[in-house]
Amino acid sequence: MNAVSPAGSPAASPAVGSPGDLAARLARTGYLADEGLATVGFLALTMHRPLLVEGEPGTGKTALAEALAECLDLPMVRLQCYEGIDASQALYDWDFPRQILHLRTVEATRRPDADVDVEEVEKSLFDERFLLARPVLAALRQSPSVLLVDEIDRADDEFEAFLLEVLSTNQVSIPEYGTVRAATPPVVVLTSNRTREIHDALKRRCLYHWIEHPGLAREVEILRRRLPEVPERLAAQVAGAVQRMRATDDLIKPPGVAETLDWARALHALGQRDLDVENAAETLGAVLKFREDAQRVRDSLGRLLAR
Amino acid sequence: MASCQPDHKPPAGVDLLLAGFARALRHAGVAVTSDRTQSFLRAASVAEAGAAGSVYWAGRATLCSGPDDFPLYDRVFASWFGGELPTGSRRRTPVSRVVEAGLGSDGDEAEGGEEAVAAVASDVEVLRHRDVAELATTERAELARMFAALRPRPPLRRAARRVASPRGEIDARRTLRDELRYAGEPGRVRYRRRGRRARRVVLLVDVSGSMSPYADSLLRLAHAVTRAAPRSTEVFTVGTRLTRITRAMRQRDPDTALTQAGATVPDWSGGTRLGEVLKAFLDRWGQRGMARGAVVVVCSDGWERGDSGLLGAQVQRLSRLAHRLVWVNPHRGKAGYEPVQAGIAACLPHLDDFLAGHSFATFAELTEVMADA
Repeated sequence: MNAVSPAGSPAASPAVGSPGDLAARLARTGYLADEGLATVGFLALTMHRPLLVEGEPGTGKTALAEALAECLDLPMVRLQCYEGIDASQALYDWDFPRQILHLRTVEATRRPDADVDVEEVEKSLFDERFLLARPVLAALRQSPSVLLVDEIDRADDEFEAFLLEVLSTNQVSIPEYGTVRAATPPVVVLTSNRTREIHDALKRRCLYHWIEHPGLAREVEILRRRLPEVPERLAAQVAGAVQRMRATDDLIKPPGVAETLDWARALHALGQRDLDVENAAETLGAVLKFREDAQRVRDSLGRLLAR
Repeated sequence: MASCQPDHKPPAGVDLLLAGFARALRHAGVAVTSDRTQSFLRAASVAEAGAAGSVYWAGRATLCSGPDDFPLYDRVFASWFGGELPTGSRRRTPVSRVVEAGLGSDGDEAEGGEEAVAAVASDVEVLRHRDVAELATTERAELARMFAALRPRPPLRRAARRVASPRGEIDARRTLRDELRYAGEPGRVRYRRRGRRARRVVLLVDVSGSMSPYADSLLRLAHAVTRAAPRSTEVFTVGTRLTRITRAMRQRDPDTALTQAGATVPDWSGGTRLGEVLKAFLDRWGQRGMARGAVVVVCSDGWERGDSGLLGAQVQRLSRLAHRLVWVNPHRGKAGYEPVQAGIAACLPHLDDFLAGHSFATFAELTEVMADA
């Protein structure tokens, strides 16, 4: 909803030259992108196309947008979708109470003998200061910027059609005010958890990428980057255990990277330097959020931690 | 972009090769449209500077519309361009395994061998109550017409969005907006209340051998339900595999829809592993939100050849997610039926409704139960 970082000037960050360049820049912010994601991200930047990322919960879809904003030194605007979201919450709205206050002020301060220029009063009513810029308009105005449309699958499909229109023209027309057009189109990242299929028209407009759970080496690397205070041994053990949990396939909710980070953080907070059956059982609540899952893993902890 | 000159300049050659790949992909069954092809050609030309795998990723990002497309894409890519797929393209998440929950093709249980009793000229009212498994061809045609005339009401739920209403809570925004229209003079107070939306309906239709006499009717019913509320209805077939046929069911014409569904479903009249397939459904779709707060209808005879404990656990999981869990069993309408098989017995405690589903009348009743859920 808010601009996160101060507005960066477009000249501040030179254009991304190749997928490798993008991966290196993302890595500097602590986000490790694999070859596929780096290539697709590079394409999205170069072709000015929105990037639609899907994947299991906790694989870093939202973090990607944040990392992109940081590494390109652009402000990030986030639009969290929910059911029933409409244009007045995504685009712009007029500040009615302040407009009425303004009218009253005009009424109260005008001299009784003076003529009222109706047109002038009306014009002053739809002034920029009464315009509430919601995320999409804010992103277009601040552009170049990164616009994150989070969990688009939660919004209704009418909203998708509306979003498609804005994304393909990069402009918003406000009847009382005029058209706001972005000189450079914003970098748009859409995320979805696939609770519902996104409409084909919107998908065609976007570049698509499915984010996987990271492999062992990359997960250890992520742990090391994000939590440098956690000893390498512990990081490797935690990542290994989580990888084995995901591989068992009878969990209701396999843990994501966010859970791995939480687990390592929890163990570190307890001053543990090694993952063993006891402290794993005590801290299991950081990784597994279902009673059945916790039960199943607790029963096989010995096997899970054996190597 | 796609040059139509037949000369052999390198760029045109590359474009032709890539466009050919897109075409091959379409023939293989991925929904590739011409604008997708255009994006692919552009993406590939932009990505050319990158690493060797860039064409692979450019294609995957522009031509695929979901993880379901990836296995096909990989296969066509490998055969068109040859060589190895880039590292990291192999999936680790259990996604593809789930849909193609290939559980081996078991021997068919040919229970559908009941004789089709040829009844003479049946009146619609009689037809309504006849067991659909025992109908003659002409009667089936009549039944298909009856299904086409069925207009199920979608179940409703309260929505987050508020709508204007003569009563309810005060709508400050609308009241102020009105006031603005009258130059700031206070006017009528406006009210609003929460609106209503179609609740999601998920139909899981068993298409195994023992259900084959009812599969046609159940799919026609699924089509009628889908047509009534296309955006909020999802249809899956359940057998040895889980197949999503929602897209096919959205076709206007019932016969086209059924033909298309038939082409999609790989396991007609096979065996059932109900527990495992339900688990696949829950892992892949249900848990993530599709079954959450939905009316879930399972149409199956509950013949479980696998572990009935697993089936019971999955049905319990499903009932915790769903708003209402309805089980439709064609055998229930038959005289002397007792739900004693281990499979159905394990499910019964978790069901909200256990209905018969063997005649048109019972299907109509089912639509009423769904609408009132």
